[in-house]
Amino acid sequence: MPAGTLYRGREGMWSWVAHRVTGVLIFFFLFVHVLDTALVRVSPEAYDKVVSTYKTPVVAVLEYGLVAAILFHALNGLRVIAVDFWSKGPRYQKQMLWTVVGVWLVLMLGAIYPVLGHAARVVFGS
Amino acid sequence: MSTETTATGIGPVEGSGAHEGSYGVDNPAPFIEPPRKRTKKTPRSTRGNFEMYGWLFMRLSGIVLVVLVLGHLLIQLVLDGGVSKVGFAFVAGRWASPWWQVWDLAMLWLAMLHGANGLRTIINDYAESVKSRLWLKGLLYTATVWTIVLGTLVIFTFDPNIR
Repeated sequence: MPAGTLYRGREGMWSWVAHRVTGVLIFFFLFVHVLDTALVRVSPEAYDKVVSTYKTPVVAVLEYGLVAAILFHALNGLRVIAVDFWSKGPRYQKQMLWTVVGVWLVLMLGAIYPVLGHAARVVFGS
Repeated sequence: MSTETTATGIGPVEGSGAHEGSYGVDNPAPFIEPPRKRTKKTPRSTRGNFEMYGWLFMRLSGIVLVVLVLGHLLIQLVLDGGVSKVGFAFVAGRWASPWWQVWDLAMLWLAMLHGANGLRTIINDYAESVKSRLWLKGLLYTATVWTIVLGTLVIFTFDPNIR
């Protein structure tokens, strides 16, 4: 790539990229999630069997990633709405992004025990 | 004197003052229609407002989804032992209440339509040929309709005594 051609959109561009990536990931999970839930119409055993995979340590880590994607998409989506509808939104878009990142970090720290605690007890023994 | 002079190479400008005097009853100034003025010949609308409504839908559904999805995550992954309590019995207990049926139904429809519209935008952005856009969007709409119908049927036909 020739020098000087990379678009340097800084916070605004990277939050837009992250919003797209997390949105696509969540949408693909949604298809899988509707399908696995549909197994309640097959039999209780079929449903409980597929849900048991959600309780394994590896999938618990994926769930933590899903929570990370959803929380970022939700918080940044509220920021996008503020940029579009609040008269001072565009002026404060950077400050709002760092607020989003801060709230996201706090929530992700808070989600460690509830989401990963079960997996930790399986791996390390209770 | 200085206002009357025009630089060489530039003709007299209409309305600059030099010619205003020459317009009159016998020599009226030409009528210039305002740009973008709607006339009888202008079609009522060259296109609909679909993209604007799509943009608005993303924001409105987004606000509702923040509440629905974060509530869903709180119930399924955080409260009462997290994911370890989830099973057929847990689902049966929740869907016994119309409140949670409506909650899940609204979440299904809004999330699927929100996601489908987002992916439609992404396809429009990155799929360059008309053919690939058509195929990708056809696949997207088919998968979306199937998933919404399947999920809706599952919520409404759920039978806790299936065994």
